[in-house]
Amino acid sequence: MLDLRISTMEIKKGIAVSPGISIGRSLIMDSEDYRIPRRSINPSQRMIEIQRARNAFKSAISELTKIQSAQDSIEQRKIKDIFAVHLRFLHDRSLRKKITDFIHSDSVTAEYAVSTTLREIASHFRKVRDPYISERAADIYDIERRLLRQLLGRKREDVAHLTEEVVIVAHELSPTQTAGFNKEFVKGLATDAGGRTSHTAIVARSLGIPAVVALEDLTETISGGDTVIIDGNRGIVIVNPDKEAIRQYEEYSVEFVELEHKLDEIREKPAQTRDNVRITLLGNIEFTDEAELVLQKGGDGIGLYRTEFLYLNRPTEPTEQEHYQAYSQVVSAFKDRPVIIRTMDLGADKYTQSKRFAPEPNPFLGLRSIRFCLQNLTMFKTQLRAILRASVLGDVKIMFPLITNIQELMQTKMILRDVMEDLDEESIQYNREVKLGIMIETPSAALTGATLARDVDFFSIGTNDLTQYTLAVDRGNELVSTLYSSVDPAVLRLMRTVIQDAHKAQIELSVCGEMASEPEYVMLLLGMGVRVFSLAPPMIPEIKQIIRSVKIEDCNSVARKVLTMNSERQISSYLRNATRKILPEAF
Amino acid sequence: MPTGEETLEGAICQRQVEIKNADGLHMRPAMQFVDIANGFDCDITVSNSQNCVDGKSIMQMSMLAATCGTKLTIKAEGPDAREAVDALQELVEAKMFDEPPPGD
Repeated sequence: MLDLRISTMEIKKGIAVSPGISIGRSLIMDSEDYRIPRRSINPSQRMIEIQRARNAFKSAISELTKIQSAQDSIEQRKIKDIFAVHLRFLHDRSLRKKITDFIHSDSVTAEYAVSTTLREIASHFRKVRDPYISERAADIYDIERRLLRQLLGRKREDVAHLTEEVVIVAHELSPTQTAGFNKEFVKGLATDAGGRTSHTAIVARSLGIPAVVALEDLTETISGGDTVIIDGNRGIVIVNPDKEAIRQYEEYSVEFVELEHKLDEIREKPAQTRDNVRITLLGNIEFTDEAELVLQKGGDGIGLYRTEFLYLNRPTEPTEQEHYQAYSQVVSAFKDRPVIIRTMDLGADKYTQSKRFAPEPNPFLGLRSIRFCLQNLTMFKTQLRAILRASVLGDVKIMFPLITNIQELMQTKMILRDVMEDLDEESIQYNREVKLGIMIETPSAALTGATLARDVDFFSIGTNDLTQYTLAVDRGNELVSTLYSSVDPAVLRLMRTVIQDAHKAQIELSVCGEMASEPEYVMLLLGMGVRVFSLAPPMIPEIKQIIRSVKIEDCNSVARKVLTMNSERQISSYLRNATRKILPEAF
Repeated sequence: MPTGEETLEGAICQRQVEIKNADGLHMRPAMQFVDIANGFDCDITVSNSQNCVDGKSIMQMSMLAATCGTKLTIKAEGPDAREAVDALQELVEAKMFDEPPPGD
């Protein structure tokens, strides 16, 4: 599709859910209720928009004529009638005039004029008291969608018949939409909505293409056919990149592939410092098929098996058997290597909120994670049973999220004992010595680590939530996200306390937040005494290379230095410089 | 006999008709109406008590949302005005858009 408008570069930040770089033409997939924002244009571009609107009518007419002639049986007469009515609307001169006049008088895009005009008509129908007539609003919405599809990109059916490479942009992708993808031509995904466990993320990872989600209003800033860069490493999407941006990304893309290859070579080598301290690198996974990736990248096991995916995108709760299958598959693949399964960590999201009559006023401080489990015991016990059953297949450990005090931990352990007793009664096998751990992700847990350590076998520091709760910053909120940093002195002091308490109690300690996958934080974490890192599988080789390039004594002095610093900015720049010295190509 | 008929200089023809089919002037009847209207050269307007719309535009005709029993005034202006009004009246009142009357 020819895009006649003057394009300006726009950079959007989202969440990277599948790594890689992709540069391509965008194809926008419409969702059922497309909302077109008002987008003003320069008056000099009005004629172009008017022509776009006319072309959209023309293409919609020829599309509809084709569909209509395909319906020829008597049963299809009704459908044929509907299409015939739609065709009359598309041919209606006064409707077209209304739209083109609107573009002209208000200097808006064709999309906005089409959408606004047709919605006005539809709402007029809806107000009619006669139900037979008011229901006709649906026809108007249908006509609106047909025209918007012409304006925003190709129609949905075409995704299966692509002939050139595209990146798919959508509000949110449904399984029905992605089912039709031609893998050969879909080179990247970007969506307004979604998170790490969204359908888009799953599809992208299984296709091995870059994806960025949670871009909020990407579909509002983009038009079908716009050139887009999807940076699945940094979670950035650039709409209409200028020549310079494209050049930089093409270079970066080549470098990224080269670095990947280079790093793959060290896969078989141990994660060992130059002074021979062995470090354990585990993978964070969410789906069973990612376990394979951890092995490919040379991981020593699974440090965080997120289980939320089992609960999402489905109308009912997962059965014990479904849990068991997901766990046994991963555990069997890792044999004697550790697999840490974290119990359900949902909350502050659609899943728990949709189960309530009214949303929680402050969900991040509300009924989430272990708190939700402790109030939904049947559901919690189902998961624990499945994990225990899988515990005989390999080295399974159980980790509880968001523990904030000792009572919660005791209660959780009591429930686990109940489940064990049930299994005993039914003579079902499980590992009685299964190791239990908790995530340290609130200041309260960090400050009471010495107490909590007595009742568990390991700690895993979840730096994302620990940072959020310590600094009182929602990093998804762009107004305050610059305040979010895992190397803020306050966060580091809490972490130091936790690490010391774990060492004193002689329990295992790992870091499983995003901090563990940041190259510039590796020396600091090693210097603070961390010996187990759990991170996104694609990052394992890069972190391993850094580990292999450093000496613990150097790391110790880095950590000592950092812990005397009082400003986050000072710490960040110091760490960046320290890392650049040992691994220049990582930056 | 047609009611409210008025002819001026042979170029303007105006007549009142009543919607008699049960479902009123919904999409398909509106389509039939504009299809016939578009077959004539004259300008055609249709009005109810509040609005006056273009009889050749399906958008405008359907927005009249005329239900059963509504009285509409069809006004045609041009060389074939009378023929147009005749044909449209036949569609609305005699054929009732090939649809059933109320209670059928």
